[in-house]
Amino acid sequence: MSADFYYAIEVILNGLMAGVMYSLVALGFVLIFKASGIFNYAQGVMALFAALTLVGFQNGEIPFSHLINAVFGTDIHHFGWHMPAFFAILCSLAVMILFAFLVEKYILKHLVNQEPIILFMATIGLAYFMEGFGDLMWGADIKKLDVGIPQGGNIWLEENTAFLGGDDFYGFYIDNLDIWATIFAAILVISLVIFSQYTKTGRALRAVADDHQAALSVGISLRSIWVIVWAIAGFVALVAGIMWGSKSGVQFSLSLIALKALPVLMLGGFTSIPGAIIGGLIIGVGEKLFEFLIGAPFLGGATENWFAYMLALLFLVFRPQGLFGEKIIERV
Amino acid sequence: MLYREAGDFKTSYAKDQQTFPIAFDRWGYFITIAFAFLVVPFLINDYWVNAVVLPFLIYSIAAIGLNILTGYCGQVSLGTGGFMAVGAFSAYKLMTAFPELSMIIVILLSGGVTAFVGILFGLPSLRIKGFYLAVATLAAQFFLVWMFNKFPWFYNYSASGQISAPERSVFGFAVTGANVTPAVSYLFCLCFVFVLAWAARNLTRGANGRKWMAIRDMDIAAEIIGVDPLKTKLTAFGVSSFYIGIAGALLFAIYLGAAEVGEAFDISKSFLVLFMIIIGGLGSIFGSFAGAAFMVLMPVLLKNIMVGYLGWPTDLASHFQFVIVGGLIVIFLILEPHGFAQLWRLAKEKLRLWPFPH
Repeated sequence: MSADFYYAIEVILNGLMAGVMYSLVALGFVLIFKASGIFNYAQGVMALFAALTLVGFQNGEIPFSHLINAVFGTDIHHFGWHMPAFFAILCSLAVMILFAFLVEKYILKHLVNQEPIILFMATIGLAYFMEGFGDLMWGADIKKLDVGIPQGGNIWLEENTAFLGGDDFYGFYIDNLDIWATIFAAILVISLVIFSQYTKTGRALRAVADDHQAALSVGISLRSIWVIVWAIAGFVALVAGIMWGSKSGVQFSLSLIALKALPVLMLGGFTSIPGAIIGGLIIGVGEKLFEFLIGAPFLGGATENWFAYMLALLFLVFRPQGLFGEKIIERV
Repeated sequence: MLYREAGDFKTSYAKDQQTFPIAFDRWGYFITIAFAFLVVPFLINDYWVNAVVLPFLIYSIAAIGLNILTGYCGQVSLGTGGFMAVGAFSAYKLMTAFPELSMIIVILLSGGVTAFVGILFGLPSLRIKGFYLAVATLAAQFFLVWMFNKFPWFYNYSASGQISAPERSVFGFAVTGANVTPAVSYLFCLCFVFVLAWAARNLTRGANGRKWMAIRDMDIAAEIIGVDPLKTKLTAFGVSSFYIGIAGALLFAIYLGAAEVGEAFDISKSFLVLFMIIIGGLGSIFGSFAGAAFMVLMPVLLKNIMVGYLGWPTDLASHFQFVIVGGLIVIFLILEPHGFAQLWRLAKEKLRLWPFPH
């Protein structure tokens, strides 16, 4: 076998890993969309906000210190302690749950029965709000996030696959972080499935997703369900934020991963959790392979920016509900 | 009396359908137009033109364009930035390839090119609806920006990848380049705004507009009563992109002078214009103006207050701006999902009855 062939395989493997990262974000979208029919544009910003909060807690930064300094002329920055990663994660989770409460209380409650597009725009507004708020709270500079996940290439895998190719092939290069992300994503999906299948709350969630009015009529509180769903989405955002933040630093561009997750959703269907995973994998592999085979040699590279959207667009023309979405039935 | 019509004595269809049935409104409109054309050019200076008036005029055109597509035809688009880039780059190519061509024709032609591209990206709208379409238009946004970045032909192989407008004049007055006077660039944009807004108002209340609204309200029912969905959606995409292309061309040639595609026409432009029509009011020409004015004026105002008056650092002010814009959008959607236009409508109804509420 030639080395090119193995490089192609390496590209596919890395694409799969990238796809898992997309799926992590897409998962949060699907959860909220299923339970409340809201297309939550703020999911990416939630990931950014969660990661910022986590870094803030870890380093013992004082929230709003920049603002306080500017208004009162003081010069405070740190509490002066470092929190262990585990506690910091728990604290950030608490913040995300509080956030879910506030969103329900101050936004969603007032927008019941509005058209989906109005709700979508409200989440865009929310995304802007949180973007500014997160920066105000923790400052806008790029931060390093380290919760103890190993990074860099996996040497074991590299050494043990080097024999496959010829002399110019040194084994598959896969980032440790990606491997951990895959493991976390798998745990996350399995626990979400168990939660929604075998617990009382999970059953209530599925009931609401199925039919709002029927769920209301058997006594399920829609509002508490929404809080729970947003809290879970916040948790998923935290996991995604940790993974992406460890990979590329916590900064504004983290919120743009939401845009990357959109074609994943279109491909997999807005209402399907397995769809989010498989869609993510297809997009991840597709864009890496396209860049490797066609983009870089013929089109001048950087095709990753738009390939996912074009793929999703073409795909939708033939199957408008996505791979696993519910069939769209329209009645007049 | 002040804001009243005396009974309902309309005897012709023309009278029944007129845009300003109340004399007070009509005169208000004429006075505004006269003021904008005859008085403002003598008053404005460089600061006002560049900080407030030009962006307001240009974004109003873009907002009207997006409003035709989203507000009247119900097709949500997040590709506005990309389409504005098409307008800007076609204007640049036309200006450099045909130096003799009048600027008015250049701008109109760039609108035409954008309309064509818009129709191309509108084709999937027949199969894809709602959110799916919104996401599909993102494909246009990212693909177009990538394309203008990647192929040097579009920016005439300039080393920086920037496009900059060469000096051109209309009727002997420079409208682009370094020798522009504020009044000329203001009047040039104002003419486009006036004609395009007038055309949009008349388009949307004619047969085409009714078809768009039928598709928006319920596409299957519209199809059953004989509205061709493909043709209707594509005309909406075409007309909307024409407006957005003109806005992009004006933004580049008149306002910015030089532009870099990834910076001037990125996704935040798409959201900015979308916010304008949400806050202004979906499906309203007046709303497009109100929304554009609001989104242009508010950052200037906030910056003046926070940086100039309170003396805060600029980055803090820009973060606050995000918080305030986001918060306002949410508050607006909760209190009045139909935007400024609806508030205006309600105010007019109240005025009509005042001081007798029944």
